[in-house]
Amino acid sequence: MANVLVFAESRAGELRKVALEAVTAGRKLAELSGGGDVHVVLAGAAGIGAKAGALAAHGADKVLVLEDAGFTQYNPEALAATLAAQLKGGAYGFGLFSGTSHGRDLSPRVAAKLGVGLVPDLTGFTVEGGAVVGQHPINNAKVIATLVLEGTPTLLSVRPAAFAPLADARALVTEAMSSAVDPTASRVKVIELKQGNTDKIDLNDAPVIVAGGRGLKAAANFSLCEDLADAFGNAAVGATRAVTDDGWRPHSDQIGQTGRNVSPDLYIAAGISGAIQHLAGMRTSRTIVAINKDKDAPIFKIADYGIVGDALEVLPVLTAAVKAAKAS
Amino acid sequence: MKIAVCIKRVPVMEVKFAITADGSRYEETGLKYDINDFDLWAIEAALQLKEKAGAGSVHVVCLGPNAAQEQIRKAMAMGADSGVLLESDVRTYDGLTVARALAAELKDGGYDLILFGRVAVDSMNQMTGPMVAELLDLPVVTNVFKLDINGATGRAERVLEGASEVVEFPLPAVLTIDDGLNKERLPSLKGIMAAKKKPLDVKPTSLGAPQVTVRSMALPAERSAGRIVGEGADAVPELVRLLQTEAKVL
Amino acid sequence: MATTLDPVTAVPALPSVELTAHAGDLFNIDAALTEEERAIRDTVRAFVDEKILPIIGQCYVDGRFPKELIPEMAEMGLLGSSLPEEYGCAGLSSVAYGLIMQELERGDSGIRSFASVQGALVMYPIFAFGSEEQRRTYLPRLAKAELIGCFGLTESDHGSNPSGMTTRAREQADGSWVINGGKMWITNGNMSDIAIVWAKTEDGESDKSIRGFIVHTDTPGFSVKETKGKLSLRASVTSELVFEDVHVAANALLPNSGGLKSPLMCLTQARYGIAWGVLGAALACFEEAVSYAKNRVMFDRPIGGFQIQQVRLADMLSEIVKGQLVALHLGRLKDAGNFTPVQVSLAKRNNVNIATEAARETRRLLGGNGILAEYAAMRHMANLESVYTYEGTHDVHSLIIGQAITGLNAFK
Repeated sequence: MANVLVFAESRAGELRKVALEAVTAGRKLAELSGGGDVHVVLAGAAGIGAKAGALAAHGADKVLVLEDAGFTQYNPEALAATLAAQLKGGAYGFGLFSGTSHGRDLSPRVAAKLGVGLVPDLTGFTVEGGAVVGQHPINNAKVIATLVLEGTPTLLSVRPAAFAPLADARALVTEAMSSAVDPTASRVKVIELKQGNTDKIDLNDAPVIVAGGRGLKAAANFSLCEDLADAFGNAAVGATRAVTDDGWRPHSDQIGQTGRNVSPDLYIAAGISGAIQHLAGMRTSRTIVAINKDKDAPIFKIADYGIVGDALEVLPVLTAAVKAAKAS
Repeated sequence: MKIAVCIKRVPVMEVKFAITADGSRYEETGLKYDINDFDLWAIEAALQLKEKAGAGSVHVVCLGPNAAQEQIRKAMAMGADSGVLLESDVRTYDGLTVARALAAELKDGGYDLILFGRVAVDSMNQMTGPMVAELLDLPVVTNVFKLDINGATGRAERVLEGASEVVEFPLPAVLTIDDGLNKERLPSLKGIMAAKKKPLDVKPTSLGAPQVTVRSMALPAERSAGRIVGEGADAVPELVRLLQTEAKVL
Repeated sequence: MATTLDPVTAVPALPSVELTAHAGDLFNIDAALTEEERAIRDTVRAFVDEKILPIIGQCYVDGRFPKELIPEMAEMGLLGSSLPEEYGCAGLSSVAYGLIMQELERGDSGIRSFASVQGALVMYPIFAFGSEEQRRTYLPRLAKAELIGCFGLTESDHGSNPSGMTTRAREQADGSWVINGGKMWITNGNMSDIAIVWAKTEDGESDKSIRGFIVHTDTPGFSVKETKGKLSLRASVTSELVFEDVHVAANALLPNSGGLKSPLMCLTQARYGIAWGVLGAALACFEEAVSYAKNRVMFDRPIGGFQIQQVRLADMLSEIVKGQLVALHLGRLKDAGNFTPVQVSLAKRNNVNIATEAARETRRLLGGNGILAEYAAMRHMANLESVYTYEGTHDVHSLIIGQAITGLNAFK
């Protein structure tokens, strides 16, 4: 039986959905390893502690709240030192992070400080003895490797959206935590957070994604994808590398081998041919719909449902149909 | 400006992989290899910084099998000045053992910057850069897609999900380079010829015992065949019906 | 390469290629190349993929040579690449030169023709027959594409028999020359700053008086007219040159040129490059055929699963592999200083022929789609008809080889 330490990711004073996923995964890890406690580290500016409730609601036995102006922005050096110190104590068998930009920046630092290995971006895991046995996509997600790590502690990160948050209400227990080092002494300083459009759902959080490619012919036609996303209500708009390279959409919208990996319930690919670069980023989506003029386009080989037609014609009709379906 | 770039030899990914009969790894027969995509952007970033500074040098370090000399030569054909191959046939998924070997090589190099690609497309570990930085006690900024170096300080913008953050850091530092910072140059023929004469040191290297091991590998579950529902806007009602009744996503 | 072998044979399955632009290498010809040759091949391939393939279909339809790519081709060192570094060239081996031609023609025969002319038919004669001053004046500028050149040998009534040419260069009292006549089917003509013009300096049937001249195209009396209405090599500039009392200085003469042998040596260089180049066209067609055959579903399975298509593909690949080995062996002989024009004839004739077949079979395999410009097959098919005809027609090379075999002249 070993305790699990989870790092809960927040941004601009709010918990991110991946934090709840991480707590759920931590809970699973605790159960599989003999039923230890799940402690969650929540760091941020003054007031972040008020968000601890959601963590307890998903299985946190204790929330370690680190409130300090020095953590208003992401402070990797101070966080890494603090987490390493907390993990070193011996009270924890496992340290768990989200497989996000922050999580995958932070977890290797902690691992190197402790001199232990790290298994990253797991889509699933079990526990054998003290070891984590986890599935990790390799080779652009074309191969799944089963990795084994036994460390003291064992460190891992979990892929966003791989562990759906499960309600598991516990009494809220918080404990103040202080930084192991002076947060103002960090050499790496985040001086500005540039939020994307906060009205929009992030690609990793969206159950539905409408993605567009070159077949949309012009940047302005992405409004058709946005209309369809609005009709769904819980959708995000993504793009292929071709159109982000051309500047039609921001780089952070790129889904593919060198961009974002997404796994929504429904992925609608409009005007996308299905180059391998792109497929690598979305092939694990539950249901894939493709709309393309060319019936021989590779995207149709991976799609569950396909419409052969001009996306510019089909999208508005689909938007109207989705709106009607939602209304009824 | 003295810059080191750590690169990796990876299989070219545009193939259907097969798993060996004993399920322990993927088949390597017939695979072609190249420099990891993200490492190409790191090399390009280093070359551009050297060109902008008007002086300096770019050194390539690679942990890999003997054949990885070809990848180091390609980096030198792009413009890197010298290369070191830490020769090891071991294909490991333990990022810390890799980081330790690289850190030992880089430690006394006096580099102003050590660049990595954000992630290797084969192992997809995305940890070597920050681990090396920790081992060398250097500041590290990951996922950089905008970069400005001004003397002894730097400013970078790093990728977040649906957002980004601007970061300041002192030199010397470690950076991991993401897609979007630049587009790598093609080696010119003169560059390829010149690379033959540039120094490439081969150092046999043994890695420490790994803490992360591979138990098995498998191909992801095949998606069941899909179907074309129809043509043009006329197919929409049927698609919506299927999404509601069959896929149950609407 | 997309070939999963019968598991009964103990040969390991090759990884099958998914939707890739480059089929693999069944005979592992890569292993017979040096690391540097592979690197050169890969870099030109990347250039073609990124810069040429996206626009070449449209260029072909529009009848336009993509001039805007010339500076980058020059910057990469693709022009006159096997000439020495002291003249600003890359100093590469013949095999490397061949690989460059292969990759360029994987893009389009018109692109490769541009490079063949500039390198083998303009820079090479200046290097081989020019004075040191001519070499130093022209070669670096041609390598950088500051000057573009063309090669004036063929005439409207003298294609396969250049020894009958009617263009004349008359020596003047002061050692200068006056050139009269005309040349046809001249690649790069309208884009050229200079022309290497081959003319007889004496009347009569003998070709011993043929000399070469570097003529600036802005010399009074020199006119160029573009040849329109082509259905082949549309992404290439083809022109007619006319010389009406074109007066050039004594130093325009290539001093070491003399007799038909001189232009034929240039043609041998170009034909060597073509023997490699057409393999690029064949490979492009083959890869397109494989990709299409694997993706196009008819009667419930990919058409690549039908016997007729498999025979097509097997035949195509067999000929390509054979052609590659011929070209590679020839390249190694050339680098050893050991090759003959007849060997080049055999390679050019064979490889162009198999490439035209590969293109045509691919065109057929693609069905209706095969007539569209968005697929490469028919464009290559049409281009290769010109390549079949130029630089010595297929039939002429048959006779060259026949004469070498039998010792008997069947030309007349």
